[in-house]
Amino acid sequence: MGLLSPIAALGRAVLSALAWVGRLSIFAADTIRHIFSPPYYPRELGHALLTIGWLSLPVVGMTAIFTGAALALQIYDGSARFSAEAVVPQIVAIGMVRELGPVLGGLMVAARVASSVAAEIGTMKVTEQIDALVTLSTHPMKYLTAPRVLAATLSMPALVAVGDAIGIMGGYLVATQRLGFNAATYLTNTVNILSFNDISSGLAKGAVFGFLIALMGCYQGMQSGRGAQGVGKATKTAVVAASVLILASNYLLTEVFFSA
Amino acid sequence: MIELQDIHKAFGPKEILRGVDLTIPKGESMVIIGGSGTGKSVTLKCILGLVHPDKGKILVDGKDVEKQDREEFLSRFGMLFQGGALFDSLHVWENVAFRLLRGKLKRPKAEAKEIAIEKLRRVGLTPDVADQYPAELSGGMQKRVGLARAIAAEPEIIFFDEPTTGLDPIMSGVINDLIREIVVEMGATAMTITHDMTSVRAIADKVAMLHGGKIRWTGPVSEMDSCGDPYVTQFVSGSAEGPIEAVR
Repeated sequence: MGLLSPIAALGRAVLSALAWVGRLSIFAADTIRHIFSPPYYPRELGHALLTIGWLSLPVVGMTAIFTGAALALQIYDGSARFSAEAVVPQIVAIGMVRELGPVLGGLMVAARVASSVAAEIGTMKVTEQIDALVTLSTHPMKYLTAPRVLAATLSMPALVAVGDAIGIMGGYLVATQRLGFNAATYLTNTVNILSFNDISSGLAKGAVFGFLIALMGCYQGMQSGRGAQGVGKATKTAVVAASVLILASNYLLTEVFFSA
Repeated sequence: MIELQDIHKAFGPKEILRGVDLTIPKGESMVIIGGSGTGKSVTLKCILGLVHPDKGKILVDGKDVEKQDREEFLSRFGMLFQGGALFDSLHVWENVAFRLLRGKLKRPKAEAKEIAIEKLRRVGLTPDVADQYPAELSGGMQKRVGLARAIAAEPEIIFFDEPTTGLDPIMSGVINDLIREIVVEMGATAMTITHDMTSVRAIADKVAMLHGGKIRWTGPVSEMDSCGDPYVTQFVSGSAEGPIEAVR
């Protein structure tokens, strides 16, 4: 029995992980069904667009500008080793638009939105507000989950686009003010290197990340245990799971968009 | 009329309800009493469909609740939750008029607000409360708002879950009187769960005692003190001595 117990523990962990994936998949399918079927709650959607999209702009902008600036310095220093300093604008642009803009923006929004959505819905669950919704003939998935997931899916590409632009601007400022690049040449090189595929892949990543962030916030909130500890655990799990899913799906999407 | 027939419910290995049989006639106020953890809230949630019984049947006006249109069925109910369960992000009037702002009972916003203010007035709150948020109100005021929300759509059946929990004796008395007045005035069927005996005497037409997952005794509130059932007698007197174990 002693010899088999690690195998049994591994089996339990695998089964538990599979059950989690199954429950999450059903929840995601249910959410998509509720997004596309009436009744719709435009006011809830508007509120979610404001809190998830608009109010995330400062954190995404700050992340992007410092990342773009640091990236310009790093690329300049690294490329100087083989006398290729001129590639700074091209690498900053591609790096920001394809990877850093969507991924870092996604992680920052995950920290901000997945936690707040999980805490809000978790608190609603433990204070019987979810039960109250049901008794008032309102489906909690339709009223709480669908607007938040739709809002995050719609607003993340916009946040990524703004983040990309600000990140490139961060690189531009460092390159022109500190590294001695010509402003016009820097901008021309940036514009010329970017293709439609670079930009659209970043925006598509943003939409997927937005969906995953809000989905994890809502799912963990709905699964929240009792009391402050239950809500705290739901919040933590939502952020960790959303972050891991962003990184994993980023790899898969990069394979889809850019593998030869 | 609400009829519960042989309702069973277990959570994992823990059997909460072990065959609950109960009838609440139309227009009557039934109060279910019983110790903490005896399944009073589960019974109420089974009727509303928030929890699905493992076995048994629940009929409302002779119709099986499982086979009815969900929205139409729930539109007949109002419910006051133990903690109020008001929506933090909505104004007080939006909480009260929640059902009137969406779904089949939807009214124009101005009309819904007017009805909400009228219901707030009915529970003793002034119209200026309407534009505040729930977090700005005291516990007693939140209970009244919850009560106003429960009656806003003029339901035929109203459930009260521990209506006086956490309130001081005077506010408890106010809430008890309001519940009694409203139930009589609306002619509604009411079901209350509580272990506050003052509430029981103020609200009930009939009382049912839930213990061990079954209804131990049911009868008019006037017979509660002299019913002779040792469980009811111990519970009503609040004695530590008797068939109900103090440590559960």
